[in-house]
Amino acid sequence: MYPPRFHYEAPSSVDEVLQLLAMYQGEAKVLSGGMSLIPLMKLRFANPSCIIDVNNIPGLDGLWEENGKLRIGALVRNRALIRSEVVRARYPLMASVAPQIADPLVRGRSTLVGSLCHCDPQGDWGAVMLALGGEVVAVSSAGERRIPVADFLLGPFQTSLRPDEFAVEARVPAPSGQPFGVYHKLERKVGDFATVGVAVFLDRSGSSVTRAGIALTGVGGTNIKVPAAEEVLVRGGVDDHTIGEAARLAAEVAKPQTDQRGSAEYKRHLVSTFVTRALQAAIGREPIDIRQRRFENVGSRV
Amino acid sequence: MEIKQITVTVNGEPRVVEVEPRLLCVHMIREVLGMTGTHLGCDTTSCGACTILLDGLPVKSCTLFGIQTDGHEITTVEGLGWPSELHPVQEGFKEEHGLQCGFCTPGMMLTAAALLEDNPNPTEDDIRWAISGNLCRCTGYQNIIKSVQWAAQKMAERIAVHA
Repeated sequence: MYPPRFHYEAPSSVDEVLQLLAMYQGEAKVLSGGMSLIPLMKLRFANPSCIIDVNNIPGLDGLWEENGKLRIGALVRNRALIRSEVVRARYPLMASVAPQIADPLVRGRSTLVGSLCHCDPQGDWGAVMLALGGEVVAVSSAGERRIPVADFLLGPFQTSLRPDEFAVEARVPAPSGQPFGVYHKLERKVGDFATVGVAVFLDRSGSSVTRAGIALTGVGGTNIKVPAAEEVLVRGGVDDHTIGEAARLAAEVAKPQTDQRGSAEYKRHLVSTFVTRALQAAIGREPIDIRQRRFENVGSRV
Repeated sequence: MEIKQITVTVNGEPRVVEVEPRLLCVHMIREVLGMTGTHLGCDTTSCGACTILLDGLPVKSCTLFGIQTDGHEITTVEGLGWPSELHPVQEGFKEEHGLQCGFCTPGMMLTAAALLEDNPNPTEDDIRWAISGNLCRCTGYQNIIKSVQWAAQKMAERIAVHA
């Protein structure tokens, strides 16, 4: 399948990207991993006049902790996230989701920032970044904006990124205590989109929960954050009662639709089950999902 | 129509190629470079038949523009070994009957070669995991895994001989 014709630019600096974006006024698309954009173009769902390939820009593949934030450059691939020691040591939710996205070959190209910008309702990174309270750093010739992910993901394939802006980075607040995180995803086969995905994150100091994040994938027009459930956990800690409440509240805000992957009722039930399973694991009641263990084993080699 | 000239190292040899930006890498390889070992299967980033190595890492060439390889290095199945001296992975597929129809084989072999480069002693689970983006519709996974294990052993023996 040939995509429609386009003009191609491969700038070597962010400044050049910004000039091109300003010049094309919404008619240009930034190409990083291309794992979503290129298929969209082949299917003629996207028809940009100009492709700005940013893969040759040095410095966009940085992944490091600084001033209480994990900084993830626009060219950090899922493969690099899986192999990152800092991610595996301190960001368990990110370490859990990354190997569940697509397949190893796609993960070698696809990026976290690109996934957020693509904003597929079934994108896994959207839920994870909502749960973690992440932000997107967008630059334009007018300056820099830091956009909380909750304000960035607007709807199916719609973000608050302006046409003249380039998303150069994503940032995640570093945990202050003991972080816990797990992403539960049901997929029919490797590489399929999630039937349902649930991201659960806790930052704990002793037995108290200082920060909680719960967000959902595949059960609405975009990823859904569940602040009510988060609040229950921060107020009451994690026990049988709060787990039940969090699971109920998450299932309540889910807006699943019946499709080839399952009925709305089934998906809503899965949300509740996944929230319960994750929180039971957080207090050592439920072993971490067998698939999670496998990811740990192959971690450095995925 | 916009045509651009790019320089890409193909199987170790620098090549100057003229491409339209929308030309997919798999079509550049098959139709411009004339190397038909890279297969086009699903054309939707699912099956992995079009897998090549881009700077040593396996990628699906149906989801890459040819022009993106400008200044980079690609390896196709034609560059994996020689008829006189097969790559251990190629030998493994031959020895262990790792192919039936052969359509997925070039992609499988490149993914396997990249795996062994990275992890010379993979477990069965590591192998299954690594090839999870490459589909075989002859359902020959058992023998494909045996083939990769055969190659790993052969490469280890080779290193032992040289040591």
